[in-house]
Amino acid sequence: MTSASINWFRFASPASFFPLAGRLIPWFAIAAALCAAVALWLGFAVAPTDAQQGEAYRIIFIHVPAAWMSMFIYVVMAFWCAVSLTMNTRLAAMMAQALAPTGAVFTFIALWTGSLWGRPTWGTYWAWDARMTSELILLFLYFGYMALRHAIDDARRADRASAVLALVGVVNVPIIYFSVKWWNTLHQGASVSLTAAPKMAAVMLAAMLVMAFAAWFYSIAMALTRVRAIILERERHTAWVAGAVTAGR
Amino acid sequence: MTPFDAAIAEAPSPGAWAGVTWSATRDLRLALRSKAELGVLLLFYVIVVTLFPLGVGPEPALLRALGPGVLWVAALLASLLSLPRLFAGDFADGTLEQIALSPFPLPALISGKIAAHWASTGLPLVAVSPLLGLQFGLRGEELAVLALGLALGTPTLSLLGAIGAALTLGVRAGGGLLALLILPLYVPILIFGAGAVEAVCVGLAAGPQLSLLGAGLLAAAVGAPLAAAAAVRIALD
Repeated sequence: MTSASINWFRFASPASFFPLAGRLIPWFAIAAALCAAVALWLGFAVAPTDAQQGEAYRIIFIHVPAAWMSMFIYVVMAFWCAVSLTMNTRLAAMMAQALAPTGAVFTFIALWTGSLWGRPTWGTYWAWDARMTSELILLFLYFGYMALRHAIDDARRADRASAVLALVGVVNVPIIYFSVKWWNTLHQGASVSLTAAPKMAAVMLAAMLVMAFAAWFYSIAMALTRVRAIILERERHTAWVAGAVTAGR
Repeated sequence: MTPFDAAIAEAPSPGAWAGVTWSATRDLRLALRSKAELGVLLLFYVIVVTLFPLGVGPEPALLRALGPGVLWVAALLASLLSLPRLFAGDFADGTLEQIALSPFPLPALISGKIAAHWASTGLPLVAVSPLLGLQFGLRGEELAVLALGLALGTPTLSLLGAIGAALTLGVRAGGGLLALLILPLYVPILIFGAGAVEAVCVGLAAGPQLSLLGAGLLAAAVGAPLAAAAAVRIALD
């Protein structure tokens, strides 16, 4: 610890994090827009038509990044919940609260695009595929988390109760995934399978990865925007919020 | 002197096991004093199961295929319905606060409460399930596996449910919220429990599913009381 290090714990205070988040948001938003534009160009203009699935496969450029983010955000949310429970920091709980709607939106997008992709490819909008089913249950977990938060009036109690729920959920997500997967193989056989898809061309993979970065930056920008709103709402009794609002920052 | 004070006075040293047995005997005694409530819960299970043949038709082959799933889904719903009993009464009259203040470790006391809750709500379901299985055309070994699976699975339902019940203490819209919080977590138990019976129905061994149910029970028995104790402390703040 020789370097003139920044005291990162300073930013655990909502008052000092609020302006920092405000400065970071445009950068992440621009990065998200650029990555999304590049990924869409790669995915729709450069990537070749798939030999087996035709044009419909291009849905995966949205679908796969959304599915990744839906699971990743739940883990990040659980991480902030653990921090908020163990260190009793308000900002960590606010971050978890801010991430939940974005995670739910990505889960919903993954389900929606998955069913749109399933129609031309599998011939059905909904199959009780292991991934789709566990993604649906993940959506229920997000809804449960948000519903519990909204049902408790006292913000600090809501922080801690929903943190316990998120941690119980994150332990259960792998168990649910493997149980659903096993249930699915018992019931369905190999009639539909994502894993049997042909090897992906490099440009397709690139488009997907760039879109994943776009989703990542978008999530950060959204979470920071939402956490600023949450900070203003929950710290409204403080002098600095009154000052920030009147100064128009 | 209340039974609680008496138990505290009698306790040689506030160890974990003493806490488990004390709260289990107390809750069991309370449960046995309201037998009608337990009967209503059992009847709920029987009625929900009875509704399915009325809904899908009485064909034996269809009922045999649906039976394991229906009996398990009904068990999940009955467990969900019984969960508010676990803490809500003690929370409303302040007993829960006294329990949390006692020298026993809170997770131990909650383990005892969960054990008593299972013995008074889960065990009757296990006992009556072979009878209901007969109505769905299940036979011999299938009935045994159904009862065994429920015997391993329903304690896990009570354990996981205790977390949800504690989190929703004194919360608006508790009942519906409890279902939203807890039913997704019940999914693996449903899959393995119903899967065990279905495996026997098609001539496979039920060992793997029953082993997984047992493993789930052990894991939940270790983890769930800790999470539920944390949730109770949050509710009491």
